[in-house]
Amino acid sequence: MNLHEYQAKALFADYGAPVPASCVVADVSEVPAALDELGGGRWVVKAQVHAGGRGKAGGVALLDDPAAVREKVSSLLGSRLVTYQTGADGQPVEKVLIEAPSDIERELYLGMVIDRSLARVVVMASTEGGMEIEKVADETPEKILKAVIDPLVKLQPFQCRDLAFGLGLAGDQIKQFSRLLGGLVRLFLEKDLSLMEVNPLVVTGSGDLLCLDAKINLDDNALYRHKDLQALHDPGQEDPRELRAKEWDLNYISLDGDIGCMVNGAGLAMATMDLIKLYGGEPANFLDVGGAATQERTAEAFKIILSDDKVKGILVNIFGGIVRCDMIAEGIVGAVKEVGIDVPVVVRLEGNNAERGLQILNDSGLAITAAAGLEEATRRIVEAVKEAGR
Amino acid sequence: MSVLIDKNTRVICQGFTGKQGTFHSEQAIAYGTKMVGGVTPGKGGQQHLGLPVFDTVKQAVAATAADASVIYVPAPFCKDAILEAVDADIGLIVCITEGIPTLDMLETREVVRAAGARLIGPNCPGIITPGECKIGIMPGAIHRPGKVGVVSRSGTLTYEAVEQTTALGVGQSTCIGIGGDPIPGMSFIEALALFEADPQTAAIVMVGEIGGSAEEEAAEYIQAHVSKPVVAYIAGVAAPKGKRMGHAGAIIAGGKGTAAEKYAALEAAGVSTVRAVTDIGRALAEILDGQ
Repeated sequence: MNLHEYQAKALFADYGAPVPASCVVADVSEVPAALDELGGGRWVVKAQVHAGGRGKAGGVALLDDPAAVREKVSSLLGSRLVTYQTGADGQPVEKVLIEAPSDIERELYLGMVIDRSLARVVVMASTEGGMEIEKVADETPEKILKAVIDPLVKLQPFQCRDLAFGLGLAGDQIKQFSRLLGGLVRLFLEKDLSLMEVNPLVVTGSGDLLCLDAKINLDDNALYRHKDLQALHDPGQEDPRELRAKEWDLNYISLDGDIGCMVNGAGLAMATMDLIKLYGGEPANFLDVGGAATQERTAEAFKIILSDDKVKGILVNIFGGIVRCDMIAEGIVGAVKEVGIDVPVVVRLEGNNAERGLQILNDSGLAITAAAGLEEATRRIVEAVKEAGR
Repeated sequence: MSVLIDKNTRVICQGFTGKQGTFHSEQAIAYGTKMVGGVTPGKGGQQHLGLPVFDTVKQAVAATAADASVIYVPAPFCKDAILEAVDADIGLIVCITEGIPTLDMLETREVVRAAGARLIGPNCPGIITPGECKIGIMPGAIHRPGKVGVVSRSGTLTYEAVEQTTALGVGQSTCIGIGGDPIPGMSFIEALALFEADPQTAAIVMVGEIGGSAEEEAAEYIQAHVSKPVVAYIAGVAAPKGKRMGHAGAIIAGGKGTAAEKYAALEAAGVSTVRAVTDIGRALAEILDGQ
């Protein structure tokens, strides 16, 4: 799960990391009160969406006139912001953050990730703030400083000093940085984050550190123990079909093609997409129905796949494993009847009682093609969809 | 020979009397696995599936001399279950459960390693030595005793690979599902080292997927240390960036962890790669025919 910048900054503040004074507005009528509260004569207006690249997309503005702030907020709220990180439809803007401007002397970068090969949380810091860190890592990897956090003894003060001196900080800034990093590592570990970025972390004109931006991703597997974070979920930022699938414990991700896929197992679902591409087709989605492919879940999965009107055919690929294929076949037949599917459906069933399962599909009188094997199934659905497109 | 488990492996189940623990223990017993008991705190002294139930893993080990444990407890309790197994000196711990918080695994993995134990999973189908011992949720019937070692990050793709090696008539020495989580207990490298050292294993099938760099690290290891032929398939060529493809570990993050990078690394290490999951058997046949 991702958080909005304003939510991440509130968590930063809770853990003692300095952030600019700010107000969040969800309606343009709230702007005057927000500007009164912040005071001053210049404000930064930032659209709150789950995507980077907001600045270049017109989602961030520095303004010095209250009327201009009102106008900007009004144009942002209810719009969809399209950045290089969003799809062509963009992400809806339902909240806008208004901040006091900062006096920027230097821009630094601070990030934390879980390094999978080290099996450690790793802190990354760089003097190249404000840039895309992937680019810095590719072009000038020596400019990325790292501190590896031991899972048992956690962050040590020497690691903070090491990074602080490496960033060219001095005097009181060393203490400030150590305090800030200590707080943010504590936040990362206590709240089960999977990624955190402060880009940029700025040194102000008065020499103080300030977190100008904040990005947080949470570990979905750990959300059960963070009721406070569950409340921060913003379903508006997610694909409606993916959201609906989640309610049924289905793993669905929409793609650009026209062949819908329903598969049991995440790995097999990916492999099925790959096969469709190898055979010259384009998958419309990733969908893992999991082990319990009952009629109810299968029917719901069909409905979700078909709610994408690009879909011109469906490939069902089930490796039965311990579940009996005849039961799965009955579920598929029932679901196809229930949903009333009018595009070709090709089914590959493997595992216990596969032959009986295929028989049930063939005898159903429905437009279901039972295929012997995954290769044949893939070839058939790709052909059927090409045929339909002619 | 096989790796890690055989007909003499004595297995207990943590979460024995739960729905999953019960169903899969029944299957394991039917397969011939030497199940010797189970653990459910508060139900010690009872019998379940004709086997004794214990309150703690220590009690179970003392009474049954178990050397392996399979864990089916819900994700919030897995860290505790794994640590309890380590504390009771269980040498092989297999955690099937999906959905364990990543930070739990970072800590747990340290303790497992420090104790010299082995953890397979979490979020995995388990491990099987065909005809001898099945620890996990894989369908036993598709396996045949044989000479191919299978190691995979995905459950259902392990089954695809197994089915093809069975159809080919070469069978499997042992199949290890290392699981789809970002921080697995056992790595590809550990599994490859076991297969390389096992006289029964003549060839290895490795099934990877997008996300992380475990396949790239395995490629380096294969080049330096593995003399047996390896066939590899990587799932997720068609996967978009930045989206989690079902498994918590299957995500192309910051443009890294793509299938293309993994294929390139494996091919540079002399591994036979296939682009279609259905080609694993054919690639293996070519190699084994040539031997």
